[in-house]
Amino acid sequence: MAIYSEDDFLMLSGIQHMAFCERQWALIHIEQVWSENVRTVEGKHLHERTDDPFEDESRKTLRVVRAMPLVSHTLGLRGIADVVEFYQSKEYEAGKVCRLEDRTGWWRPAPVEYKRGRPKRDDRDAVQLCAQAMALEEMMQVSVVSGFLFYGQTKHRESIAIDATLRQHTVALTQRMHQLFREGITPKAKKGKHCSQCSLVEQCQPYWMTQHRSVEAYLARMCCVEEEDR
Amino acid sequence: MRRLLNTLYVTMPDAYLACDGENVLIKAQDEIKFRIPVHNLEGIVCFGFAGASPKLMYLCCERGVALSFLTGYGKFMGRVTGNVSGNVLLRRTQYRWSDDNNTAVRLSRRFIAAKIMNSRAVLHRVLRDHPEAVDQDSLRRAIQLLAGMPKRLEQAKDGDAVRGIEGEAARLYFTHFNELLLSQKDDFQIADRNRRPPTDRMNALLSFLYTLLTHESVAALESVGLDPQVGFLHRDRPGRPSLALDIMEELRPHFADRLAVTLVNRNQISAKGFVIKENGTVLMDDDTRKAVLTAWQKRKQEEIVHPYLEIKIPLGLIPYVQAMLLARYMRGDLEDYPPFFWK
Repeated sequence: MAIYSEDDFLMLSGIQHMAFCERQWALIHIEQVWSENVRTVEGKHLHERTDDPFEDESRKTLRVVRAMPLVSHTLGLRGIADVVEFYQSKEYEAGKVCRLEDRTGWWRPAPVEYKRGRPKRDDRDAVQLCAQAMALEEMMQVSVVSGFLFYGQTKHRESIAIDATLRQHTVALTQRMHQLFREGITPKAKKGKHCSQCSLVEQCQPYWMTQHRSVEAYLARMCCVEEEDR
Repeated sequence: MRRLLNTLYVTMPDAYLACDGENVLIKAQDEIKFRIPVHNLEGIVCFGFAGASPKLMYLCCERGVALSFLTGYGKFMGRVTGNVSGNVLLRRTQYRWSDDNNTAVRLSRRFIAAKIMNSRAVLHRVLRDHPEAVDQDSLRRAIQLLAGMPKRLEQAKDGDAVRGIEGEAARLYFTHFNELLLSQKDDFQIADRNRRPPTDRMNALLSFLYTLLTHESVAALESVGLDPQVGFLHRDRPGRPSLALDIMEELRPHFADRLAVTLVNRNQISAKGFVIKENGTVLMDDDTRKAVLTAWQKRKQEEIVHPYLEIKIPLGLIPYVQAMLLARYMRGDLEDYPPFFWK
């Protein structure tokens, strides 16, 4: 697998856009059209729920770390995990637990991603969690077997298994992100059901893009005036 | 389609702009005169102003609200903007195209063809609606000459050739401009188009409307990630928004010229609202400027069917749509640039 340098890192959170729609991702991350609005809103919510990165919650068998910066050189992504939870393990499990500074025993990490809405039919939230898990694995030399998605609307957290299928999809999406970014190409719009729930539909305008009108015919029509009209 | 938001025009000379959370405040003599949520705004234009708080500027940058400062007479002084945003790859294409004569000329022809046809449409409209009030023969000749120009334009091989035809069309158009006046004819006669400084009322009015249009064109280009300073027809000159002036060409007749004429014909402004200096230069007074701004804002809400996209949109979004279509062309989504034609 390729090892990306810091210069090539893309935003980890973008993987959810990518899973939703390639063009949406490209509009935000390549075109940067209106991205500041999206990011402002995203940042707001992030802050509401992740509090202060310097204030970690600690209990005897659980440590809750907020706003943890993450990088993955193999995926070429960087971002911030809302929450990473460390569960104390009763016994040592090879490859699944790690040491924590100032703490005794073995700890098993699990990323928790907070989402405003409700669970989705597709895996766009799961791939983001998976990318966080893979970054954690790389940074802490530990394997992460599961994580959680917490949904604001249902106030419920779902356990997500970081399995081979999810990992494959995450890697494939990441590679496509890097390919598009390298080429600097915004894919053309494909109109679909998902367009109705897309926040960037106004910038994307899938309808104009898909029903193309000839500019040549338009110019000819507009520059030509009927004799009596003159 | 994107929502058309308001532009806030601040004309009180002692106004101080501040913010309170998500609200933009206008203060005068330490009193809050006006309050509007920032998300309702697209731009803020200050005419001769007392001050603005850094926090308000921060809010405007963060929300992509264009904050511009103009002198009391409408001369553009500056603008507060955030980071250079948008797609740097797109801007690279823009610069390469601007340097390439073939592409630059092709685009110039599009802007000017639309400008000429739109000027023609303005003259044609008065001939059709008020045949009894105008010099029909002379107008008809001008209209015919203008209609023939886009074809000649297609033969233009460089910027100078395009500018030559453009100048010819503009002279022809402004020679017949007085025909458009149906009332206050004497007071608003235009001798020829001049702007620095304007020497008659119509020129003062047109210059002011063009300034407003420039502001909106710059904001539109920036919002789609293009560099408003690097144009195709207008050459680079520090401080000049050349690309904004380019896309404005096609918008001037309908957006500014017709509005100026309407204001005069409907007696919404009068000769008394202008100050004529000893040396003959003409300035608008405060009330006239307010009347023009109100009419401008109202005009932007009017809906029209975009001739290329064939969808209904408010007039105020046209600069944005044209900027977007230009960006689409540069990105390869469109094979050519479709300028705005008003029929």
